[in-house]
Amino acid sequence: MVGELTHLYQHGDFAERRAVLRALPLLPIGAAALPLVQDALRTNDSRLISGALGPYGAAHLDDHGYRHAVLKCVFTGIPLGDVAGLPARADRELARMLADYARERVAAGRDVPPDIQPLIDAYPEVGAP
Amino acid sequence: MRIFDPHVHMTSRTTDDYAAMYDAGIRAVVEPAFWLGQPRTSVASFLDYFDSLIGWEPFRASQFGIRHHCTIALNPKEANDPRCAGVLDVLPGYLAKDQVVAVGEVGYDSMTPDEDEAFARQLEMAIDYELPVLVHTPHRDKLAGTLRTLDVVRESGIPPERVVIDHLNELTVEAVRDSGCWMAFSVYPMTKMTEERMVRILLDHGIERMLVNSAADWGRSDPLKTRRTADAMVEAGFSKSEVDTVVWRNPVAFYGQSGRLALDEVDVDELATFEGNSIRRGGA
Repeated sequence: MVGELTHLYQHGDFAERRAVLRALPLLPIGAAALPLVQDALRTNDSRLISGALGPYGAAHLDDHGYRHAVLKCVFTGIPLGDVAGLPARADRELARMLADYARERVAAGRDVPPDIQPLIDAYPEVGAP
Repeated sequence: MRIFDPHVHMTSRTTDDYAAMYDAGIRAVVEPAFWLGQPRTSVASFLDYFDSLIGWEPFRASQFGIRHHCTIALNPKEANDPRCAGVLDVLPGYLAKDQVVAVGEVGYDSMTPDEDEAFARQLEMAIDYELPVLVHTPHRDKLAGTLRTLDVVRESGIPPERVVIDHLNELTVEAVRDSGCWMAFSVYPMTKMTEERMVRILLDHGIERMLVNSAADWGRSDPLKTRRTADAMVEAGFSKSEVDTVVWRNPVAFYGQSGRLALDEVDVDELATFEGNSIRRGGA
């Protein structure tokens, strides 16, 4: 089945690819379709990135992959409320990355997306300026 | 004013851009190999892309009086795609070409083991081919990514003066300056650096080993940002010679380490063709 999913994904347009990604948590495939999630997370297409970070991605990405996926959502303007696995999978290292990102935005005179603040506040020691 | 844009993806730009760049004083560019906005699915796609960077694109630039060189590499983002891993094996053939003045863009995107491997192998190739290296720093987790980049560069044994670390900002400039590597900044309309912030960094950190680029590509970007930054430098009181150092002499010194920069003026031959093709679109 994963072979068929991969074929559908690789030959799909963005809507078809998104449909494949959104179907993953409903199928009995374990972690075997993770490469499709990783492919979608390498794109800059917010439609595919948000599709990739549904319940399937949240269940199977390793900690490093999950953190970078959340960061990618922040960079591409995907509201964190739509991201599966939060706040349960948010850890100290993700809070550290988001706090660094907030410092970078402030140094550049730019605004900081408000939805990252609760994740930073959960680890007060990383949030200090 | 003469300008050298040390990082611009002209493949994604129009002939109008080339004309405007020439009018703004841009006489030379380096186009780093990078990704195309969506994943490539095979090594063959890279071969066609690399061939255009050493063939069609320099021809197109020459039609507007601009010297075009390139850097060649497997970019960090696509280093994670198993379908593209074979690109590393075809790189040596390209690193021997006259138009290729550095290995790049290499570095980190998501800081994965595959990226580690591709980065380290390409630093080795740069040492073997005695070429400079253009290193991209990640958008996400930039400070941690930049520090790790500097560690990898140090461990590789490549002389730091042959390495430029790109896409820096206020928080990453100092560590790179202390490393002895060159520092590069991408000036963008909405993200990365602005001209004003760029000038502030030059005032704070000096102009030695500093490069300014537009990094213009298929995204929201502006190939005239090098000129706008030069103008902002003049306005801030930098001398003509200091501006020339940043926007011309520094990139010439950095990429000149390849021994392959050809910067004599382009004699524009509007009737020239590249393998039988012209940019005239049928106009007689």
